[in-house]
Amino acid sequence: MSGFNKVVDSYAQALAGLENGMTVLAGGFGLCGIPENLIQEIKNKGTKELTFVSNNCGVDGFGLGVLLEDRQIKKMVSSYVGENKLFEEQLLAGDLEVELTPQGTLAEKMRAGGAGIPAFYTATGYGTPVGEGKEVKEFNGRKYIMEESITGDFAIVKAWKADTYGNLIYRHTAQNFNPMAATAGKITVVEVEEIVEPGELDPAHIHTPGIYVDRVILGTFEKRIEQRTVRTA
Amino acid sequence: MALTREQLAQRVAQEMQDGYYVNLGIGIPTLVANYVPDGMEVMLQSENGLLGMGPFPTEAELDADMINAGKQTVTAATGASIFSSAESFAMIRGGHVDLTVLGAFEVDVQGNIASYMIPGKLIKGMGGAMDLVAGADNIIVTMTHASKHGDSKLLTKCTLPLTGAGCIKKIVTDLAFIEIKDEKFHLIERAPGVSVKEILEKTAGEMVVPKDVPEMQF
Repeated sequence: MSGFNKVVDSYAQALAGLENGMTVLAGGFGLCGIPENLIQEIKNKGTKELTFVSNNCGVDGFGLGVLLEDRQIKKMVSSYVGENKLFEEQLLAGDLEVELTPQGTLAEKMRAGGAGIPAFYTATGYGTPVGEGKEVKEFNGRKYIMEESITGDFAIVKAWKADTYGNLIYRHTAQNFNPMAATAGKITVVEVEEIVEPGELDPAHIHTPGIYVDRVILGTFEKRIEQRTVRTA
Repeated sequence: MALTREQLAQRVAQEMQDGYYVNLGIGIPTLVANYVPDGMEVMLQSENGLLGMGPFPTEAELDADMINAGKQTVTAATGASIFSSAESFAMIRGGHVDLTVLGAFEVDVQGNIASYMIPGKLIKGMGGAMDLVAGADNIIVTMTHASKHGDSKLLTKCTLPLTGAGCIKKIVTDLAFIEIKDEKFHLIERAPGVSVKEILEKTAGEMVVPKDVPEMQF
């Protein structure tokens, strides 16, 4: 590795330094745009007591769901969970903690975290269980709750293309939470479908500038579909 | 006769206007897309990060990287844009979406809505619902008027944990079109063949009934 070259050759290198008890931010919505190989590498590594900040927790046998198999997750910060039996079992048994966070608030918590803003006010969740115990402030006659931002020890991100400097482009709706996660990790690791030389991506089309990215690895992806819906031609 | 799911969606669709950006929730709200009035242009927002949701793909078009907020594979409509979740909720929270349609378990006379959690059952989460109800000015709740056991879902005070406080002004049920003003339900229209008496029997919260309550027109 030299200069701005962020490319690493192995998944072991990509996740070097990930330790028990750390907080990991993960991109993805459902199974779309999830860093599936980085998740698998965490499983192989056997890191435990992890807190994951991710909109969902995968399904049984795929995505973050695989990390439930060996009880590697201590806590999930998510907006919607429970598409997996194992999740339900561990939650009901008290082995897993869940902090339900509205989807927009979750995205903004990561965006703010990466942008150096420690907290913000939002109307989302005021007067609901989400607002309990949080500071309330009135602006122009409307009540808002204070939400604290989130940063992570690691961010694991899936992008479509990267150049070796770590400039990223996402593909279609696989973008979702990935750009915010990328900004908010102390170490941001990105797996991509294609790595090109600097200059090959149009600078005006970069979604995530390389300044946020620490490591880039080339992967191959299954891209499992959660709800396959088609129409007849 | 109580409205079918399809008729309910059809009635909600009459509230759309040309040039509207609309967010449709899962379930009956999704069906509303099938009844956009002829000659009207409406763009559907999907909160995972798509403005301009098109129909489901053909087998040939199927793409794992192209899904909606229900995690179904979709296509992008002509003129669509795709963005991050933060951008998507900036649109929603910032009040830029013209109409939001979503389901609920309960609504009360103060415009409170409960739609995401039943204590004692497994809590899956609120997804984007809390952001949608907090951010939108024009929200329509669609639901059956009463539960399968006959319990009213239009209450004086919600019994379930809230999704949002004081944010609902319009409800379309299988029996009626109702508005909420001054901490009361106001009966605006009734489903064809449904009596005001039946609607009142199935409404627990206080309801104002004008002299003449027209039937919905389809």
